[in-house]
Amino acid sequence: MIPERWLNLGILAALVAVPIWALVVDEPFIITLVTRAVIFALAAVGLNIALGLGGLVSLGHAVFFGIGGYAMGILAYHAQTFTPLAEWPFPIDGTKSMPVIWLVAVTTSTLAALLIGLLSLRTSGVYFIMITLAFGQMFYYFSISWAQYGGEDGLSIYVRNGFPGLNTLDPIQFFAICFALLCAVLGFNALLARSPFGLALNAARQVPHRVETMGLSPFRLKLVAFVISGAVTGLAGALFADLNRFVSPTMFSWQMSGEIIIFVILGGVARLIGPVIGAAAFVLLEHWLGGLSDYWHIYLGAILLGVVLFARGGIVGLVARAHG
Amino acid sequence: MAEAVLSAHGLCKSFGAVQATHDVSIDVRPGEIHAVIGPNGAGKSTLIAQLCGSMASDAGRVELLGRDVTHDTVRRRAQAGLARTFQISALAMEDTVLQNAMLGALGAAGRPWRFLRPALGDQDLRDRAEAALERVGLQDVRAARVAALSHGQRRQLEVALALTLSPKAFIMDEPMAGLGGEGSKLLTDLLSALRADAPILLVEHDMDAVFTLADRISVLVYGQIIETGTVDQIRRSPAVRDAYLGEGA
Repeated sequence: MIPERWLNLGILAALVAVPIWALVVDEPFIITLVTRAVIFALAAVGLNIALGLGGLVSLGHAVFFGIGGYAMGILAYHAQTFTPLAEWPFPIDGTKSMPVIWLVAVTTSTLAALLIGLLSLRTSGVYFIMITLAFGQMFYYFSISWAQYGGEDGLSIYVRNGFPGLNTLDPIQFFAICFALLCAVLGFNALLARSPFGLALNAARQVPHRVETMGLSPFRLKLVAFVISGAVTGLAGALFADLNRFVSPTMFSWQMSGEIIIFVILGGVARLIGPVIGAAAFVLLEHWLGGLSDYWHIYLGAILLGVVLFARGGIVGLVARAHG
Repeated sequence: MAEAVLSAHGLCKSFGAVQATHDVSIDVRPGEIHAVIGPNGAGKSTLIAQLCGSMASDAGRVELLGRDVTHDTVRRRAQAGLARTFQISALAMEDTVLQNAMLGALGAAGRPWRFLRPALGDQDLRDRAEAALERVGLQDVRAARVAALSHGQRRQLEVALALTLSPKAFIMDEPMAGLGGEGSKLLTDLLSALRADAPILLVEHDMDAVFTLADRISVLVYGQIIETGTVDQIRRSPAVRDAYLGEGA
């Protein structure tokens, strides 16, 4: 067992080292693969705030991933077609600027998480799982029927959006943007877990009735966690759409929600680097096992079973000592 | 007579045909321990839930420091100064003793909405939490996980959490539950000292502790208070002997 802090630093170092190596040996596909893992990790770190700290098993986080994706897709679509997004009450144009897109993605995800959280957090346990799933399906079917933005076929963006001072079409530079955002969110998550809010939220997960008798509201604590979680996952969605230059209803699908949960469980619930390891392992398995068989999910399922049965703390729990 | 800190007037609660509490009036005055005793199923837990706000009453009124809190939530009553302990310890088992104690300090200070600074670095919260731990004798195990504590230490921590709220009144639900002789003695001494901080409404089955601690005792039977008085009055009451204590009391 190694101290968790070392593992955290080691994983982040590996995430930097692999793309640099790929750059040296001229393997841009590997850089894209790692970027995909980093973006999935960002989405999972977002979920881990709700699931790990708050104990909220959301099967609807694809809503925020999809909202982030469509925020990017819609804004970029209007920018590339030179059509206004809205004309009333005042003209709103699309944009190809990543920071603006991120702002819109995070704002819309935050609002969606607030509304969904206000309704779904009145339930708990399996009912919470089902109501978040139901919201996910609502958004999924809405996006399928949204013909203006591609409906079931989705929406293609011809050129990746821009970031001031960087060439985002260069895989290593786009990776750097995604990695920097992941590090920022991981740092925020680490601070959050130790903060007064994190302390209260952690207790609200374990003994909500006690928290209430301490003059605190478990509902409000969980709602704020859910909103932060949704905002981070929304940001990941915007990056994922930019990576693929494509957005489609599958980003809203329950399978997507399930995959984000798998990243967290595989890596380690409530462990800082757990979602990053889970997402990286998933992308690796998807790539290597996917090359061997179309039915690679069978192997993934077996691995997940093994983790749930024999390693409750996920991969991090197997190799790292907490609070090292 | 000093004005009551916590009082209930005519509390009623029914579950279908069963009347759990019926026209219960009770008060706790400054500096006293008022014990509520009674057989299992007498309505003690329901009464606590009504007083704390976790169960709405069918009728009646609850006042804290003269203010009507009948329709206030558990959280609001806690913010107003009503602290309680649970019969079955309700503690964050994965966290340390200090983190648990800081939770109460956090609630009392009303500032859980800080996201970036470490909770343990907030000296004001930490001082309040450590003072409570020292008061109950847990200062030496503050870094231990609650899951590693003995049952007796968990009961002490329950009291520490209530203390961190700087309460106006305590409601203690069987604090001696599951304790052996030594643990019970330790907690009895602790509660006896606590009455100077805030009066205590004590629900307890340990009659030795009750008779040692209580300034007044109310006896609840079938949802009704059949007698209220000093320890001697209750010991001598034929109605109480008949309904609960028996002839050996």
